[in-house]
Order: sequence, then structure tokens, then C-alpha cells
Amino acid sequence: MISELKNPEEEVRRFRARLLMLAIFVFISFSILAGRFVWLQLARHSHYTTLAESNRITTIPVPPSRGVITDRNNVVLANDYSAYTLELVPSKIQNLEETIDRLSELVEISPKDRRRFRKLMEEAKNFESLPLRTRLSDDEVARLAANRYRFRGVEIRSRAFRQYPFGEVASHVLGYIARVSQKDQERLAESGQTAAYRGTDYIGKAGVELSYEKELHGTTGNDEVEVDAGGRAVRVLSRTAPISGSNLQLSIDIRLQEVAETAFGDFRGALVAIEPGSGDVLAFVSKPGYDPNLFVEGIDPENWKLLNESPEKPLLNRPLRGAYPPGSTFKPFMALAALEMGLRTPAASISDPGYFYLSGSSHRFNDDKPGGHGIVDMYKSIVVSCDTYYYQLAADMDIDDKAEFLRPFGFGRKTGIDIEGELLGVLPSREWKRKLYSAAKYREEHRKWYAGDSVSAGIGQGYNAYTPLQLAHAMAILANNGVVFKPHLVKAIQDARTGDRRLTEPKPAQTIALKAENIEVIKRAMAGVNKEGTGAAVFKDAQYSNGGKTGTAQVFSLKGQKYDSNKIAENLRDHALFVAFAPLEKPTIAVAVLVENGGFGSQSAAPIARKVLDQYLLGAPKSEAVGKTVVLANTGVVR
Amino acid sequence: MWGAIWDRLTGKIDPILFSLAMTIGALGLITLYSASNESLPRLLSQTSKYGLAIVLMWVIANTPPQVIARFAVPVYIVGLILLVCVALFGVVINGARRWVSLGFATVQPSELMKIALPLILAWYFNRHESALRARDFLFASVLIFVPFALIVRQPDLGTALLIGASGSYVLFLAGLRWRVIIALIIALAAAAQPIWDRMHDYQRDRILTLIDPSRDPLGEGYHITQSTIAIGSGGLTGKGWLRGTQTHLDFLPERHTDFIFAVYSEEFGLVGNLVLLTLYLALFTRGLLIASNASTLFGRLLAGAVTLMFFTYAFVNMGMVTGILPVVGIPLPWMSFGGTALITLFVGLGLLMSVQAHRKLVQT
Repeated sequence: MISELKNPEEEVRRFRARLLMLAIFVFISFSILAGRFVWLQLARHSHYTTLAESNRITTIPVPPSRGVITDRNNVVLANDYSAYTLELVPSKIQNLEETIDRLSELVEISPKDRRRFRKLMEEAKNFESLPLRTRLSDDEVARLAANRYRFRGVEIRSRAFRQYPFGEVASHVLGYIARVSQKDQERLAESGQTAAYRGTDYIGKAGVELSYEKELHGTTGNDEVEVDAGGRAVRVLSRTAPISGSNLQLSIDIRLQEVAETAFGDFRGALVAIEPGSGDVLAFVSKPGYDPNLFVEGIDPENWKLLNESPEKPLLNRPLRGAYPPGSTFKPFMALAALEMGLRTPAASISDPGYFYLSGSSHRFNDDKPGGHGIVDMYKSIVVSCDTYYYQLAADMDIDDKAEFLRPFGFGRKTGIDIEGELLGVLPSREWKRKLYSAAKYREEHRKWYAGDSVSAGIGQGYNAYTPLQLAHAMAILANNGVVFKPHLVKAIQDARTGDRRLTEPKPAQTIALKAENIEVIKRAMAGVNKEGTGAAVFKDAQYSNGGKTGTAQVFSLKGQKYDSNKIAENLRDHALFVAFAPLEKPTIAVAVLVENGGFGSQSAAPIARKVLDQYLLGAPKSEAVGKTVVLANTGVVR
Repeated sequence: MWGAIWDRLTGKIDPILFSLAMTIGALGLITLYSASNESLPRLLSQTSKYGLAIVLMWVIANTPPQVIARFAVPVYIVGLILLVCVALFGVVINGARRWVSLGFATVQPSELMKIALPLILAWYFNRHESALRARDFLFASVLIFVPFALIVRQPDLGTALLIGASGSYVLFLAGLRWRVIIALIIALAAAAQPIWDRMHDYQRDRILTLIDPSRDPLGEGYHITQSTIAIGSGGLTGKGWLRGTQTHLDFLPERHTDFIFAVYSEEFGLVGNLVLLTLYLALFTRGLLIASNASTLFGRLLAGAVTLMFFTYAFVNMGMVTGILPVVGIPLPWMSFGGTALITLFVGLGLLMSVQAHRKLVQT
């Protein structure tokens, strides 16, 4: 294998020279190691012996306090308070039941506390210290402290607890925190944050508490302490203080939120109100809600079952994760599309006989009003909500063009709101239908787009499905003349140490090119709805200019029979919708309301919108919200 | 006749290398027994892995280098494919994607690369021996960089740097010019600032923690604090076998694997450490002598690179445990618990032995 080198000896000599250099490098490296050993084991031996033998050093994490969440007017919506808790370390206790029985002679321990404790035990690692009773009174603390010598593995500790002073109000915005679960642990390990969460028992599970976990959590500090042979801390050697989590200022106005939630009464549904010029979400309602305070100390099995299995689905975040057909609230957007595409002029009129046939088809599309609305132009089509006008328009408009026009408004795509789990919704198009029926069991006739599909989609029925958030977002964009802001629940993040405030979405995300005169036509027609049309009764005597549109979404098809809400089971009744904005000139609020099984939009949804607009624009008398918070924080009592 | 069989069995085995490695291995097993709180099953499981490792070593020692050279390209390519598989559908353990499942076993392709890279570089330079040019070094750098980049992404910075280092040794030994070496060092230093500026905060944080573990006193810093206490309190003669308090009071993390040296050090003291250093030095000296005396460029480069890889592992591990080098999770050769690493080590020994045993046979 030796090749014909010019000078093999020279090559080998050079190789050996380099090898020798590396050998010297090896030797020097090992000498450094040997030197380090001598330093550690001879020179510093007694120092390290002291550390190892008599007092061992250990590092105890000091969890940071979690950021405070306030509404846009700095009313506290979630904060920490500290309270004494009675905690048990199950691994140190031989007979758990007996210990709890004996403890119950000293302090009150309800069956609910016991059940919750048992649930915590199932989820926890066995060397953890778990709360049995929280919020001990001074009296109880004193009694327990005096008897502590009788119990092994029982501790009284001061812990920080999260409280949500408003209870159910805005629960779907705030979400909640709960104990770090096995799954959370794995997630933290994967992102390399295990150390950052040492000492932290709680983590965000839903809503803003989840999506802003990183900001809210803060940085864990640590105490370097000497421990004796039994592992008890003897004294603190050095301390790195924890850094509190950032405070969040929500864009939500909690008074407006309260008014909106109250306005729903016993109805289920959703409401989203957005400030069009900033994307601030002013109110974000999902009814029914739940009390996030239930989760903080570990939810007891009964309450969990109640929330989880209720047919009302209180845990469902409806504005975010409920997709509904928009019904007639879709019409202003259809009309705008027609104007922008040049398919209609504002003045072009049709004669509405009360029904519509596609050419070459015998299927009859009925108008809501049996005899028809007579001569209808664009203004009237929105004011009286004429279906026939939109049946014709939809037949003239290519479904893909329509989808392309409407997508920038947020239909059928995520609005980008800052909490997790947003649904896409359905903005129907040929491609979408093809994908839906792509499975092998379907044939071409299932996948094909039909003219009839377009017609029913034209009045916001058919395949259309959008979340209330998407609807409010689209309304806000229209009200803001096409300038799009990403909707956001958190307006600003405030560094707890420096007090620096950072806005989350300071700039518009994009601008949709729309003709000013076209927007004007739509806005005028929507103003007409509330003056002389389907919203007029509800918006009578409003002290501000406003526009709106009613909508009704079919829950199930009656196949030609006359709809009579009294004869239909409640959960099959139509959903009621209403979109609105105000004032007309420079809108400061856009809102979408959905009332599940609420019947006509003008009946149940519009009055809710009216109350919200009144509150926001006229500022109804202040609720006692602010005072309530202070009281709660002091006493530590939530319910 | 028995003599003939004995010769056949041991003829190609280098007695010096083998006995040194086995002595270190024995110290490793003794320490492992202590580190695992006197768990016999763990000891047996590690011992049983020596069987397979030694058989592999024997087979390779008995294979002439020119035959081994034929495997260089396929082994390297298989190694690369496995690394790509890891990146695409590897198994995530402890937050890093390093393992790939082959159905019957999960393997760590970066282990294979530790051998494959010196092998292919030695093969490549040997092929172009007559006229080594700048572009040969350039191509060799690519051969190093591809697996390096794949392993960095896993992420396993420690192994990647070591593989990069063992590749660099070959470049150096093959005669990379000094002015190129100096230029590279200057370029690297100059590139550091722009790279640093472009990194995310969390990436910078990681690197700073790597250099200064006390920034993360609950994570890496905790390991180092505890391991230096263990070593320092060991003193001149150590606390005695099975009597290390740091070890047995659970203060030492990773004490079977990357931090086993701290256990050894605590129990056997400075004397024990110097004995271990001497054993390693003797082994490396033997390896470098084999490289020096090899008859082909392939043999020289391979033996040199494998020996220096052993050295780098030992040095970086002990440096890390004693707190003078950053914490990069790599094992201590023949001491740390773990089967895959053990096999790599004995394959490396086999390569050295093959080069040594066949040095005269291939002379023309």
C-alpha cells in the first residue's frame, strides 16, 4: 500500500513531529488535571471536608410570585395572596387516614377536603408535600403549632394562592392555574425548564394564564443553605432573590364584561367586543362560565364532574372554539364583496317574489318573508334582510372569488388572538369542499361544487361556520375601514421590577384595500337596520349613532315546514346573532353576539348588544367591582 | 497444539493495551458498585457487556487494516443515514433526539460516528497520499462538518465538539499547514462576535451557563458544586471504598455515568486519581507509539486519531467533573456505566491492535 512518495522518510518524520506535539499536549493537559486534583484534594481539602461532612450545602429554590392580571382600567382580576396551609407529606406518614382523623380534632376538615386531598395524592409524586386544608385561621394555626410534635410528616406552611376576585366573570379569558401535572412536567423537561419550575407548584392551564405562562411565572430564585445530617436547613449562606412574573394588563373592561355576562341571563352563548382602532378585545363572553377559583387548590371530583358533564358545556370557550353559521350577519360582507368586485351597484334593484330558482333547477329557495319584499336595492336588502337579493347575488358570484375577498377579514382563518385553541372555522371554497370529501368512500359528485351550494352560502348558511370571535373581528375590520389589528386580550405586559410597559400589538397587522364609498354604503345600510329595519325596535332612542345587523342561524333544517319556535325543542331552536358597531363616524366598539337557541337575532341577541353599547359609550353607573377586589385580597375569602 | 490455539487467540491482541484498558475497566466496575449503592444487578449488567465488546475487539484486531479501510465509506454513509433518521424520526429521551429505533434495539448513531469519522478521514488521506492538496483538506472538512452539524442539532453539543475534535486531529496529523491552522483560529475568533450577536437570548443563556455553571445553580451548577465537594473532601487517600458520603447521601447526580469520576475520587483520593491518570497516560502512550510505528498513512492517521479521541474523552470528562471545563455530558472511557460507549471504546482498541499487528505484513 506504500505509494511512490517523493520522500517517504521525510513524510514519516513530519508525521512523527506532529504526533510528538500532540503527545506533549496530552501530557500538559493531564498535568493540569493533576494540578487541579492537588488543589482540590490537598490545598482545599479541609474546606471541602467541612462542607461535605459536618454541614452539607444544598440549594433550595425560592419560587417567584406570579404576575398580577388586571383589566384595562387596572382593576385586579387575578392575583396571589398568601395563606397558611396544613400540608402532609404522605411518604412520611404511616397511617394516613388515622393522621387525618386526629388532625380533624384540631381543625375542621370537611369530606370535600379529604376527597380533594386523595385526588391530589393520585396525581403527585410521593415525596411531595400536599395541602390538606388551606386558608387556616390564626386560631387554627396556633392550635396546630401547639400540637405539631404529635404528628410526623405534618407541616404548616405559608403559601401563595391565586385568587380570581370576579369568580365566573371573564373566566374564559383568564383561564386558571392548577398544580403542575405529570404531563406539564414532561413538557417542561422537553423545553429545558425543569430547573426554572423547581419550587413552583402551579402552572397556567387555560386562557391568558396558559398562553402568558412564560411572562407570568417569573424567575425562580434560590437560597444556598447549610443542612444538617437530617436534611433540615440550618442557615442561609447566600440568596438569589426570585424575580416576580410580569403583570398583565388586559384589554378587557371588566365592567363591560360584567354587564355583557349579566345581559345573557340564563341563555348560553358568546359575545366579543373589539375596539376597531386597536384590536383591543373589550369583552369576551362565553356563557355559561365556571369559577376558576375551584381549580386553584385542586378541584374536587364532584365539581369537576359537574363542569365536565354538564350539557351546557361551561368549559367550552364558545367565542374561540364554537363555530356557528353566521346567518344574515353575513350579508353586509356579501354586499361589500359585490360592490368591490363590481357585481352590483348600490342602486341596482331586484324584484323579490319571495323565492328564488337557479336556472335549470326546480329547487325553490325561500325568502324569510313569504310574499317577498317587493323592489329591493342594496340598502333595503340589508335593512330588511332580504334573502332573495343574496340568493341571486351568490349565484352571480364565484365562490372562490368570494372566499378570496373575505379571507383577509379573518373568515375561515385564525384571527391570531393571544389565547390557545382558536378554531379555523369554515370559509367554503371549491378546494375546501374537495378536501372535506377527499376520503376514498366519496365520489366526484360529493366533491364537486354546485351552484346550489353557493346560493345557501350567500345568506350565511350552508357550509359557512365561523367563531363569534371571527365575526367580531370581521365587524371591527369593516368598522375600521379595512385596517386590520390582531385581536388581543392582553394589552400590555409590565415588567414587575422595572415597571416598563410593553404593548402587545401596537401596530396594525395589515390594511385591506377597500373603496371608501363602498364602505360608506354598507355602513349606511347597517345604520338603517337599527333605525328602520330589523334592529330598530331594540335600538330605539339610542343616544349615539350606530349600525348593526341581525342574523339567525338554523340549527336544523325543517325541510320546507314553517318554523315555529314554540313547537320545537329548545336545543333545536335557531341560534340568534347580532353584529353592531358604534358610533358611526369613528367607531370605538364593534361587537358580535351569539345566543345559542335564542331564536331570531332581533329577539335575544340585539338587546344584549344594546346593553353592551350603552355601557361602553354612555358609561352606566360604576359597579362596585373595584371595592370588591380590595376586600377580597385582605380577607383571602373568595366565595 | 494448545500453544497454537493460544497463539491464534491472542496473537493479534496487544497485551499492553488490553491489560491497561482492563485495569481501568476493573476500577470502573469497582466504582460502579459503590455508585449504585452496592447493586449487584447493575454491576453484572455492565460486566456482561464486556463480553460482546471484547469479541468485537478481537475480530477487528484480526482484520488487516487494508480490509478495514474498505469499510470506511460504507460505515460512514450508514452513520450519516442513521443521523438523518434520528433528525427525522428519532426517539426523544431527556429532551434530546439522539436515539433511533431499529425495531429490535435503540441505537445512538453519534456513537458509530466516533469511529466512522477517523476511519473515513484516514482512508481518504491515504488514497490521496501522493499529492495532498488544499482541496483535499477542504473535502475532509466537509466530511467532518456534516455529521458535526447533525449532532449539534440533536442537540448534543458535547459529542459534536468531540467528533469535531477527533476529525481535526486527523487534519493536523495529515499535515495541515500551520498558516492555515493559524488563519482558521483567527477566522473563528473573528466570527464569534457576529454569531453571538445573531443568537437568541435563550441560546446565549445556554452558552453562558455552559461556560459558567454557577449561573444555573439549580441545574448544572448544582452538579459541579456537589462533584467538587466530593473530590475535595476525598483528600490524599480518599474516604475508602463504599464510604463516600456525597455519593451515598444522594448528593451526587449522574454518578453512574458522567460523574462517576467524582465517586472514584471521593473514595480513593489523590492517590487513586494519580494512579488512574498514569494508567490513562500509559494507554495513550502505547497508542501514539503504535501510530508512530505504523507502516501506512492510513494506519498512522487512524491509530493517532483513535488514541487522541480516547484522550479527549478522558480529559474533558475529568475536567468537567473537577470544574475546570464546561459541563458537556460525555462519559469517562472504561469507567462510566453504559454499553454503547463501551463497545465504541473496544472497537477503537481493536483498530489500534490491527494497525500494530499488521504493520510488517503489508510492507512491499
